[in-house]
Amino acid sequence: MKMSPRSVATVLILLFLGCVPIYAQLANEPFFLGLFGRVLVYAIAAVSLNLLLGYGGLVSFGHALFFGLGAYAVGILAHHGIDNGWLHLVAAIGVCAAIGLLSGYVVLRTTGIAFIMITLAFAQMFYFLAVSLNEYGGDDGMSLFQGSNFGVFKLDDPLSLYYVSFAILLAVLFGMHKLIGSRFGMVIRGTQANERRMKAMGFSTLRYKLMAYVLAAVVCGIAGVLIANLTLYTSPSYMAWTTSGELVVMVVLGGLGTIMGPVAGAVAFLILEEVLKGQTEHWMLYLGLIIVVIVMVSRRGIFGNLPGASR
Amino acid sequence: MSLTLFFAQALNGIQLGVLLFLLAAGLTLVFGIMNFVNLAHGSLYMMGAFIAATIYNYSGSFMLAAVGVVVAMIVIGVALDRIALSRLYDRDHLDQVLATFGMILFFNELTRMIWGPSPYNMQVPPMFEGTIDLFGIAYPLYRFIIILVGLAVALGCYLLIHKTRIGMLIRAGSSNRMMVGALGVNIRMLNTMLFALGAALAGIAGLMAGPILSVQTGMGEPVLILTMVVIVIGGIGSVRGAFLAALIVGLVDTLGRSILPWILREVLSPSAANAAGPAIASMLIYVMMALILALRPQGLFPVRHG
Repeated sequence: MKMSPRSVATVLILLFLGCVPIYAQLANEPFFLGLFGRVLVYAIAAVSLNLLLGYGGLVSFGHALFFGLGAYAVGILAHHGIDNGWLHLVAAIGVCAAIGLLSGYVVLRTTGIAFIMITLAFAQMFYFLAVSLNEYGGDDGMSLFQGSNFGVFKLDDPLSLYYVSFAILLAVLFGMHKLIGSRFGMVIRGTQANERRMKAMGFSTLRYKLMAYVLAAVVCGIAGVLIANLTLYTSPSYMAWTTSGELVVMVVLGGLGTIMGPVAGAVAFLILEEVLKGQTEHWMLYLGLIIVVIVMVSRRGIFGNLPGASR
Repeated sequence: MSLTLFFAQALNGIQLGVLLFLLAAGLTLVFGIMNFVNLAHGSLYMMGAFIAATIYNYSGSFMLAAVGVVVAMIVIGVALDRIALSRLYDRDHLDQVLATFGMILFFNELTRMIWGPSPYNMQVPPMFEGTIDLFGIAYPLYRFIIILVGLAVALGCYLLIHKTRIGMLIRAGSSNRMMVGALGVNIRMLNTMLFALGAALAGIAGLMAGPILSVQTGMGEPVLILTMVVIVIGGIGSVRGAFLAALIVGLVDTLGRSILPWILREVLSPSAANAAGPAIASMLIYVMMALILALRPQGLFPVRHG
């Protein structure tokens, strides 16, 4: 069977991510485990954002809100001595679903620039709420003394955290693959292409978009649970608008509306950031320029430029 | 809360409002005409503040700083528009958001390289020091000057847009850009002018804000987000809407922060009020924005078409 460049790249990236712990173990470089653990977490968040950005045509500039909510679900429960991971997960999913449903109902009534701004406004709203929570560290955030404990495994062990994140990423990718091909996915993509026509065909597009919004919120919340465990720290910066911006960069860099694109984007963006940080103190200057150039030069991202199946 | 304190806070709210208007006026026109999302507008404000503070600290002349910052910002604005932004006008919003997000990172780091990481100091000019007696309240003179400058700029914008030929083209452009272009108006040129005007106004805002806020890297973003709120509430492309919405946002934010904790103390226990007050106050304008957009997605004072 001949594989398209896109499938080859998919397999290579996933194999590489799967082998990182082995390399980190052999070379005795635990730093790599942390770096790529972060890559996995951001990849999950970026894949969830891609459902809105790439398939739904919904330019959300406040997706980090749910990333932060997931992290705070862990942080606040752990602060009160509850280290049950299942409880952390249920709390994160419940909060993200509830807030995603409520905010989604409001934001999805708008389109275009107003949509970008109102998603940003909701994220800012909760950002300032988090800043003012003095009991939970306020502006500075707070350290966690224990990770999520799932009984059979604990997430404060770096290796199990890495493989749990990897497994979740694989599950999310598989789920996206199935979802995009399903009737629901068709309706979402149809809505992006021509919402008026979808409405004329009798679809209640708002309901579909709202479902996609809530789903993306929940998946991003799970990524938030993982980041809180990875850094054993939670702070308002996880829901800062710059985090939302970085997630958008990852999706676009990797390729809008491709299953694996956001993963490639997360790998490329975080490695680029790490390399620049190693080279110069003023890495943000170059990162900014590179982002501008990427947007101007390439409109389709890493995966969008590889030949292969359209999705 | 005493009436005098309320009055002083209301003036502070108006002062924040006119500062926001200086930023919102330029941004909303570029939004309205070119349908362009420019997140880097806050960076222009930051650059303006740094440039003005530097000129003022070296020369000691506030007037020279004002002239210098306007000239410098027009140069930066035209350069930015011609080099980068004009290539993005035909792209979708996502590309524009991303590219200007990259520019924010660039400008933030640029100021950190040139002026260093710690806040850059700018004093209130000696001639504007002291207080002024407003209906029996001693109000800082410099803040009063900010209000006057803001109102003067607002009047200038009104005259420019409603009484001049350029203003007529701007209004026509925000209704239907293609049609104005088809009638032989160089719409790109018009937009570059608008962009330069917006940059100059952002520079003035930076100059005026310099002595009362700290001039530092990253000062543009919080203001940018407030400006976005103003524009969306006011109706995209509407300068009148931007002015009214800027005053509303300035007043709601400032009065909310001072009055809300006081009201909460009446109904809640002191500890609960102290915890909830600042939280609700800082969320207030975003809640207001969400409510307004949910009820009127086109904003409160949209541009009238047709």
